[in-house]
Amino acid sequence: MTRIVVGPFNRVEGDLEVSLDVEAGRIQSAQVNSPLFRGFEQIMVGRAPLDALAIVPRICGICSVAQSAAAASALAEAMGVVPTVNGKISRNLICATENLADHLTHFYLFFMPDFARPAYADRSWHGAVSKRFTAVRGDAAAEVLPARAGFLRLMGFLAGRWPHTLAIQPGGSTRAITVGERIRLLALLREFRGFLEKRLFGDSLAAVAQLASKDQLLAWADGRPGDFSAFLHAASDLGLDKLGCAYDAFLSYGAYDLFPAGTWQAGQAATFDPVAIDEDTTSAWLAAGQPRHPAQGETIVDANKPDAYTWCKAPRYAGQPYEVGALARQVVAGHPLARDLVQREGASVMARVVARLLELALVLPAMEGWVNALQPGEPFCAHGEMPDDATGTGLVEAARGSLGHWLSIKRGHIERYQIIAPTTWNFSPRDASNQPGPLEQALVGLPAGEGAPPTVQHVVRSFDPCMVCTVH
Amino acid sequence: MKVLWLQSGGCGGCTQSMLCSEPRSLFDELRDAGIEFLWHPALSVESGEEALAILEDCAEGRLAFDALCIEGAMLRGPNGTGKFHLMAGSGRPLTEWVARLARHAKWVFAIGSCTAYGGFSANTPGNPLEACGLQFDEQTPGGLLGAGFQSAAALPVINIAGCPTHPGWVVDTLEKAALEGLRPEDLDEYGRPLLYAGELVHHGCARNEFYEFKASAMKQSDLGCLMENLGCKGTQAHADCNLRPWNGSGSCLRGGFACIACTEPGFESPGHAFQETPKLAGIPIGLPTDMPKAWFVALAALSKSATPKRVRNNAVEDHPVVMPAVRKKGGSK
Ligand code: SF4
Ligand code: SF4
Repeated sequence: MTRIVVGPFNRVEGDLEVSLDVEAGRIQSAQVNSPLFRGFEQIMVGRAPLDALAIVPRICGICSVAQSAAAASALAEAMGVVPTVNGKISRNLICATENLADHLTHFYLFFMPDFARPAYADRSWHGAVSKRFTAVRGDAAAEVLPARAGFLRLMGFLAGRWPHTLAIQPGGSTRAITVGERIRLLALLREFRGFLEKRLFGDSLAAVAQLASKDQLLAWADGRPGDFSAFLHAASDLGLDKLGCAYDAFLSYGAYDLFPAGTWQAGQAATFDPVAIDEDTTSAWLAAGQPRHPAQGETIVDANKPDAYTWCKAPRYAGQPYEVGALARQVVAGHPLARDLVQREGASVMARVVARLLELALVLPAMEGWVNALQPGEPFCAHGEMPDDATGTGLVEAARGSLGHWLSIKRGHIERYQIIAPTTWNFSPRDASNQPGPLEQALVGLPAGEGAPPTVQHVVRSFDPCMVCTVH
Repeated sequence: MKVLWLQSGGCGGCTQSMLCSEPRSLFDELRDAGIEFLWHPALSVESGEEALAILEDCAEGRLAFDALCIEGAMLRGPNGTGKFHLMAGSGRPLTEWVARLARHAKWVFAIGSCTAYGGFSANTPGNPLEACGLQFDEQTPGGLLGAGFQSAAALPVINIAGCPTHPGWVVDTLEKAALEGLRPEDLDEYGRPLLYAGELVHHGCARNEFYEFKASAMKQSDLGCLMENLGCKGTQAHADCNLRPWNGSGSCLRGGFACIACTEPGFESPGHAFQETPKLAGIPIGLPTDMPKAWFVALAALSKSATPKRVRNNAVEDHPVVMPAVRKKGGSK
C-alpha cells in the first residue's frame, strides 16, 4: 500500500489536501484534510448580536450572502421579528442570485477545465472541449465572465454590492426597490436567461426543467449544441455517470419556499428534524468530547492532537454522514430527473453536475416571478428589539448545500456562535465510530497514482467544495 | 507582467469580486495589458505537484515572475509554527512560502484588508491565530515581512485594501504597475494606491443632500444620512465606492447600509456595534476628521433648522414620500 498526498487542490474555494492509500492502482481509503483554520466562531463571542451581520459574510467570499441570510434568520428568531413580504422576496432574490452565479462559476471556471487536460488527448471530444474550456484561455471564459458580472448586477440593486452586503437584515432588506428598478431587474434576468439558453443549454429553460429521466436527458443532449451537452457527452464517455458515489443519503434545509426541507435515504423520503444534528471532533485538531448539538457546540483548538488530520469537524445527522448540495436539494424536493439519476447509479459525478445546471433552469424563472411580486412603496424591512438573552437558529441553503448558524445571546452579547457549512458535511473526516465522511467514501475504489486519469479531480470537484467555509 | 497569486487566511472574496470586473471579461482585460497569471489557486489548471513545482521554482529564483499577489491574512500561530495554514501538499506554513517568494518579486500586492492589515482573523480576542498583514499589524508597521521590507522595485507592499477589494482597484493598480510602474508617491501612508484611496466614501454618496441638512435615518432601510445614528464612517473611509459603482450600480450606501470603513486598518473592531453611532452628550464621536467639532455642531444645528420638508420626511422612509416640487411657468398663483 502506498500513500499519496494530493495538494494543493486548486480550483476549489480555499485550501484542500487529500491523502490516498493506494494499492494496485486503486484507492483503498482516503483522508480529506482542510489545512487552514480561521476560527470565526470565536471572533463572534462577546460582540453585539447584530455585529454578526457584518462578520459572518467574511467567512466566505463565494457564499457570503448565504452566511448573511443564516445569521439574519438566527437573529430574527432571537428577536421574534418576521420579515416583511417585500423583505422576504428580496432576500430570496439575493440568495438565488448568489447560488446561481456560483453554479455558473463552478461549471465553467472550476469543473470543466479538467476535461481539457492532456490525459484526454485521445478522446474524440478533446479538441473542441479544450478550445472552449481550457483554464483562463478557453473561449468560454471570455463569454461567461461578462455573463456572470452582468447577472451579479442584480446585487448592485438588491444588496448594494457583492460579496459582503449588510442589506440582509433580520426584518428583511435595507434596500427598497423602486418601480423603475423593478424593470431593470427583469431586464437583467432576461439577459442572463439569454446566455443560459443560447450557450449553456441550447434550448429553453422550460425544456431543461422538464427532463424527467436519465434516458430523456441523454436523448435530449444527443447532437445538441451547448456546453451542457458537451459535458454530458464527455462525462458519459468517461463513465462519470457511475463514479464518485458516497452514501446516497441526502439532506436539505429547504430553499426559497420552492424546495422543501427533508432527508432522503435508501429510496425513502423523511421529514427533517434539526435536533438530530450533532458535530464530532474526533479527527479534527480540536478538543475532543462527546458529539454535541451545535446549539451546545464548542471549538477549542488542540493543534497537536494525535491521529487528528484536519481542521474540519464531522457533522452527522442521526449519527450518519449525509451529503448536501444541489443534488441533495433536488432529490429531497423530488425532481424526477435527480431521483432517476440517483436511483439508477447513485450520486455520481454526473448527477451532481446535472443537478446544479438543473437548478439554473428551475430557479431563474422563479426569480422572474419574485421580481414581479415585489410591491414598491410597501415596506422592505420590519423592525424589532434585540433581547438581552435569547437563542436563535438560522438554516438556509447555500449553493453548496445546507448551512446552519446557531447562536445564543447573554446579557446583550453573543455568548456562543456555531456554524455548520455545506462542505463541513461533505468533506467531514472520520467520526468516533470511524465512519468516513461523504467525500472520503466517494473516493474509495477509484483509480489513482502514476498514469491514472484525473478521476479523483472530477470526484472532488463534483462536490464544489468550499474549504474557507468548512474551517470558518 | 507575470503574476503569482496565493491565498491564505481570507475568504476568497477578493478573487470572487475581481471576477466581476466590468465591462470586459477580466481575462481579456488583463491579457491585453500584458498581464498573465503564472498561477492562481482558483483559476489555473495546475494542481498538486505541478503547482508546487511552479511555486518552488519561483521561490528558488529559477522561474521569473514580476508580481506576488497575496489574498488573506498571514496566520503565524499556534506559537509561531504557522500550522494554522500549511500549504496543502507541501506541509510547510504558507507564511514561509510568502516570505521566500517575496524576496524574488518586483512588486508585492496585498489583495484585501486581511492581507494588508490582518483582517478579522487578527481580531479574535487575544489573536490566537497570531494573524497579521504582510507589512502591517493593523495600524502598526511590521507584519510578516517587516516594516523595512522593500520589493525589487524599491517599494513597500502595495495594499489594495478593502473587504473585499473592488475589482477596479485591483485591475487598475496592476495595470498601472505593468504599463507605467508605481512610485512611492502613488501610495498613501498605509500603502494604499491613491488612484482609489485618494477619495472618501462620502464623496458622491447619494445621501449627500440628507447629510447637508443632517436629515438622518432613524432605522435600517431609511433613506436619510446614516452618519448620525447608524454608524456610517463614509466621511472617514478612504475609497471611491460612491464614484465607482459596485456590481454595475451599487455601493454600501446605495444598498441602504452604513459604510463600516472596510478599507481602513482595524475596521473590524471599531469599539462599538457596527450599525450604531457612538455618541457623547447626543453628539456623534468620530466626526469628519478634517472639520473642527464646534463648527460641525454649530453648522448641524443651523442646517437642521433649515431642512426642507421633503428632505426631513423622506429621510425616515424607505422610499420617497415627498417628491421634489415642480416649478410651474408663470410664477405663483
Ligand atoms: S479582505 Fe475581506 S473579502 Fe478579501 S479575503 Fe479578506 S475577508 Fe475576504
Ligand atoms: S450616509 Fe455616510 S457616506 Fe453617505 S452622506 Fe451620510 S455620512 Fe456620507
